[in-house]
Amino acid sequence: MAIKVVERRPLTLAERTYLPQIFAGLKVTWDNMVRPPVTLQYPDERPAIPQNYRGVPTLVMDPNGREKCVSCQLCEFVCPPKAIRITPGEIADDAPNAHVEKAPKEFEINMLRCIYCGLCQEVCPEEAIWLQSQYSMTGLSREAMVNNKAKLYELGGTLPDHHHKWDKKKEEAERQAHEGH
Amino acid sequence: MEPLLHDLLLSPAWYFAAARGLTLILIVMTIAGYSVLLERKASAWIQGRIGPNRTIHPLIGWIPFLGTFLQKGGFIQPAADGGKFLFKEDALPGHVRKFYYVLAPIVALAPALAVLAMLPFGEFFHEGKRYAVSLTQGADVGVLLMFAVSSLGVYGIALAGWSANSKFPFLGAVRGAAQLISYELAMGLSVLTVFLATSAPGQDHGLSLVAMVDAQDGAWNILFHPVAALVFLICVFAETNRHPFDMPESETDLVGGFHTEYGAFKFGIFFVAEYSHMVIGSALFILMFLGGWHVLPWLPTIGSGWVASLIGVAAFFLKLCFFLFFFVWVRWTIPRFRYDQVMRIGWRVLLPLAVLNLLAYFVWYAING
Repeated sequence: MAIKVVERRPLTLAERTYLPQIFAGLKVTWDNMVRPPVTLQYPDERPAIPQNYRGVPTLVMDPNGREKCVSCQLCEFVCPPKAIRITPGEIADDAPNAHVEKAPKEFEINMLRCIYCGLCQEVCPEEAIWLQSQYSMTGLSREAMVNNKAKLYELGGTLPDHHHKWDKKKEEAERQAHEGH
Repeated sequence: MEPLLHDLLLSPAWYFAAARGLTLILIVMTIAGYSVLLERKASAWIQGRIGPNRTIHPLIGWIPFLGTFLQKGGFIQPAADGGKFLFKEDALPGHVRKFYYVLAPIVALAPALAVLAMLPFGEFFHEGKRYAVSLTQGADVGVLLMFAVSSLGVYGIALAGWSANSKFPFLGAVRGAAQLISYELAMGLSVLTVFLATSAPGQDHGLSLVAMVDAQDGAWNILFHPVAALVFLICVFAETNRHPFDMPESETDLVGGFHTEYGAFKFGIFFVAEYSHMVIGSALFILMFLGGWHVLPWLPTIGSGWVASLIGVAAFFLKLCFFLFFFVWVRWTIPRFRYDQVMRIGWRVLLPLAVLNLLAYFVWYAING
């Protein structure tokens, strides 16, 4: 392969005065000056959060207003910084959702530990824990930064759900009971 | 004793002098404050930001449209900045030479104020006689005194750097002094070129700025002396310690340069002094190269009434505003020169250029009369 020697041209007189470069620079900054600013006036204007944003982890309810979490504690075990602590609880026999085995008695996510990795959402078999669009989590004390169950449901709300898993389970159980198994 | 006191207290001249001095200080502080605002706003625009737009006083905020405009434009910000400087704790470090440390900001600001007081920025006619509009009467003292006094400002920098008794201010001060010496020469030579052209031999006010503006009734000097104008402009940037020549300050390598050890209002005074020097440099450039209070080249002044005077003053201030903006614009465009580059540009480029330019005009006048 032939070697091509690139000529290293010395600076011209105009370039050595710096002045053309300075004028070019002034034009660049002028163009920037007449362009609209990109600043978002944060507390007044909020950024548009994309659908798949990984914000504060929350617990969600199904469209019937029932809690989806069955207290399997997979999220607690998978959580790399050990931010989640679940106290499993029983469901009363006469409750309408008695066919679900368990529900969390208490569900705490320590937001001082959470690293927003989303593994809890990924591991959840019930799609009960979701990292949603809330990005600004503040508190005046360490205790205030621990989200308890009530807070988690308040943050999470209801998400659309097409599976209706526990409805189907209940129907199935009733059908089987009806057929005498 | 009593008659003397009586004279002092009742002589109107004293009150006039005091009022004039206060007016001067108020005007300079306001201009400096709003230059800072311009700096902050223009830098924000260049960087795609908005700049100060929150400061508001409740009383002004109630005014329907004006209040919003003043808030969004940041027009209350200078008051907030000044108040902040005023109410901050005025710390006096233990290791400084206290007397000179306190003296330094005063030495920096006083020459700037003195020159601004002498600066002519318009003309008016009264009973057939012509006067220059200025903050002192009979201000036509000539450019020599202005250069002499305004250059004294560097003593403030040198004193601050020495008295702070710390290495970064010291380096900044040494740089500032060296830079002033290097660029004063080229600046003086470029000014000489212009005065060579405008003042005839045997004239009474050979170095008068008013006469200089009169000589630019037709063509402005920048058209016939572009090289001198360029050298003068670059030297003004260097003398006012603005980017790309802000050697005494250079935050990135000298922390804060000569004012590293200063805080609160003493730092504010350095700030005001810097912006006052910007105003002085711009005003001198306008007076000597951009036709002073003439609106446009070859546009004769209309009449001699107060309207013409006002238009002249307005034209001067418009040019001044543009120049202040230009200073800011350049600052946020060009990176700082290295110290050896500054010295090289001053001694090996600008000085020979100014000398050659002067010689060329000498030869031209010698041949053409």
